[in-house]
Amino acid sequence: MKKLIAAAAVALTAMTGTAFADGHDAYPERPVMMMVSYGAGGATDFQARIVTMTAGNEDALGMPIAIINKPGAGGRVGWNWFASQADADGYTLGAYNVPHFIAQSIEGGVSYSTESFEPIANWGADPAVFVVGADSEFNSMEDVVNYAKANPGKLTFSGAGLFVGHHIAALQLEKAAGVKLAYIPNNKGGAGAMKAVIAGEVLGGVNNLSDAFRAREAGNVKILGVFDLERNDFMPDVPTLKEQGFEIDNASVNFRGVMVPKGTPQPIIDKLAATVPEMFKNGRVAGKMKAGGSPMHIMTRDEVIAMWKAREETLKELLAGL
Amino acid sequence: MEFLLYFGDVFTPFNFMLLLIGTIGGLILGATPGLSPTMAVALLIPFTFKLEPAQGLILLGAAYTSTVAGGAVSAILLKIPGAPANIATTLDGHTMAQKGEGARALQLSFLASAVGGVFGVLLLIFLTPVLAQWALAFGPSHLFWLAILGVTVIGSLDGSSVVKGLLSGCIGLWLATIGFDDIMGAQRFIFHPSVSGGINVIPALIGLFAIPQVITMFAKGRARLDAEVLSVERHPISKAFGEVFSRTRALSIGTITGSVIGLIPGVGGQIAGLVAYDQSKKMSPERAKFGTGHPEGVIAAESANNAMVGPSLVPLLTLSIPGSPTAAVLLGGLLIHGIFPGSDLFDNHPQVAWTFINSMLVGQILMCIFGLYVAGLAARVAQVPNAVMAAVVLSLAVFGSYSVQNSMGDVYIMAALGTGMYFLERFGFSAAPLVLGLILGPIAEANFIQGSMIANATSSVGQYFFTGLLNLTLIAIVVASIVYSVWMELRHRRYVTKEDAVAKEEALS
Repeated sequence: MKKLIAAAAVALTAMTGTAFADGHDAYPERPVMMMVSYGAGGATDFQARIVTMTAGNEDALGMPIAIINKPGAGGRVGWNWFASQADADGYTLGAYNVPHFIAQSIEGGVSYSTESFEPIANWGADPAVFVVGADSEFNSMEDVVNYAKANPGKLTFSGAGLFVGHHIAALQLEKAAGVKLAYIPNNKGGAGAMKAVIAGEVLGGVNNLSDAFRAREAGNVKILGVFDLERNDFMPDVPTLKEQGFEIDNASVNFRGVMVPKGTPQPIIDKLAATVPEMFKNGRVAGKMKAGGSPMHIMTRDEVIAMWKAREETLKELLAGL
Repeated sequence: MEFLLYFGDVFTPFNFMLLLIGTIGGLILGATPGLSPTMAVALLIPFTFKLEPAQGLILLGAAYTSTVAGGAVSAILLKIPGAPANIATTLDGHTMAQKGEGARALQLSFLASAVGGVFGVLLLIFLTPVLAQWALAFGPSHLFWLAILGVTVIGSLDGSSVVKGLLSGCIGLWLATIGFDDIMGAQRFIFHPSVSGGINVIPALIGLFAIPQVITMFAKGRARLDAEVLSVERHPISKAFGEVFSRTRALSIGTITGSVIGLIPGVGGQIAGLVAYDQSKKMSPERAKFGTGHPEGVIAAESANNAMVGPSLVPLLTLSIPGSPTAAVLLGGLLIHGIFPGSDLFDNHPQVAWTFINSMLVGQILMCIFGLYVAGLAARVAQVPNAVMAAVVLSLAVFGSYSVQNSMGDVYIMAALGTGMYFLERFGFSAAPLVLGLILGPIAEANFIQGSMIANATSSVGQYFFTGLLNLTLIAIVVASIVYSVWMELRHRRYVTKEDAVAKEEALS
């Protein structure tokens, strides 16, 4: 009898042992959820739903991904939850927005930093652009900066809030042009900031390339410059800030991608890092993203790790003076 | 008249089936507490991936239309406003249901919704360019004054006492400061992780209205079995027709206020119903009857909140700016098919644009027919015994607050606010002014800060907030509203003691 029990015990240990060793091979065995820290209908939510729609295919994860929205306080609520309460078992993914969450962690008052998360892959890059109303007297960034030089502190321009990509772009512009500007953060995000420009409440604004592209199609705004290293395929006629003589890099570009909480088992991270970028490359995904005016930019886990690190350094330097 | 050309598209068999599904589904979703129109539309978006753009939008348009009207069902029968737009409906609607007039209240609310709704969509069809200018006219200073106008309504909203109304509005304003502030990101009063994102309006609404009722129902227990047998009066639909159209004052005030205020981006939808209710109360010779189950209260509130459906889409459809959370979700539904709202929509995809607008027009009528059909049946909810009712309402309240963002924190907030409100109600405070404070606080604050930032950069705060025709007009209305309240208060001094409040409560329940 004792032998039997001992044998059973040994068998059991062996079984759990194998389970631990091989358990992640079968991942994912049930649907996976992905937390988006912005509300339903926002650009991040919209894109997250498109890029994950093929997750159930056999060549992707083989299991669907469900989007869970946890909006509030410019994304802080969702990322706080993700860093402190989400299960690190591979079944809870999160969407990140860089530079937003990195800037917020530098500003303080939140329970996350780049150390709290493990990036998986990047799906999109939405550069900031400078927009003015369709009937504005400004036709280039030079006009804007000249006005600001003649009227220091009086050039009002809107953006989606503090410590988001638009704010970073505003700080870079002030630094590169050596002028003082009046950045007006909007509490209704990019849509509210765009409304302020179109309605003439402010003289100009920093906004997302995808939203500005739509507003220009509707005939409401002029786009004067892109805050990126290269011109964008959606608007090849708009020059970058650098071409117009301002030393501004891509630190304000809004990168969107997938991450998991720190502590997620390495085999799962490896599996996700291998599958997810391929999933983003699906033709249907690319088609829907293009139709929606959302620029794609697929990056692998290693590239994202390097990008996060570079952003953190730039942002620390930029935000030091605030 | 271009919209007539595309009317046929709505009635092809498949499209009409989608319209029916959207309408009926929307009514059910809207009647479920916590599932606001925004959520309902967001839930349906994945189903539109496989449909043609026009078909997808028929489904979304019909659902949007009928969820707004469906919110009145839970507001009237359960005293849980499905969305902020339905707060004003509870004030008279639920009292009517308690008097056994639930069927009448529901019929009136659906008819008024349809009248308001059709008017709103017609405005969208014919006056879009004018409305777009109006929507853009409101800058930070004007929105600030508009929020202040809302605050002046707070005092008179509470039927019993201006002072207590203002006090409970102040509690709401304070609650609104909890969380990260919208602009600077400063943290205020975050004493528990549940409130780090601030107090979400939907769980707060559910808690403040439903929980005091649940506690009262449980507290009564089986002590008064006799009180539970409520007769539900049957109410012929033809009489309801006659009644809605004979109360033209409430109907027209509701419809016009709803469509004018409803299209101001970011503010309109939430307060249109309350402002319309308040206006028709002030202009009515029978103003004392408001709050005691007066049909005009239901008519004004419901015609206003459906009148706003059409105009609230103007900024989205013409300028490509989503003016409300629901419009933002609809924008996603358009983009997924590669259609950009704005001139692209009307020039290159007129069949999509006009079919969508037509489906909202037909949806209003269908919603009304179905609503009237089920009103008599739904009103029998009042006959459910208290003990059962309390359990059902409580589970709906928990479900509704959890489902807003899948967070237990919202359930705690709902329960805590509700329990607090139970005691406040015992002392004669009411929930509506508190919720109004909660909604208006952030609007007033954010717009004041934005306005003063712009003002400091360009001119001066005084010049920015106190000059301009629109500013001065709004200030004049604010002053008139305050003077009127003070004058009425002096003429009819109203006193409410704790005993009166308890007596009123017991008489009603």
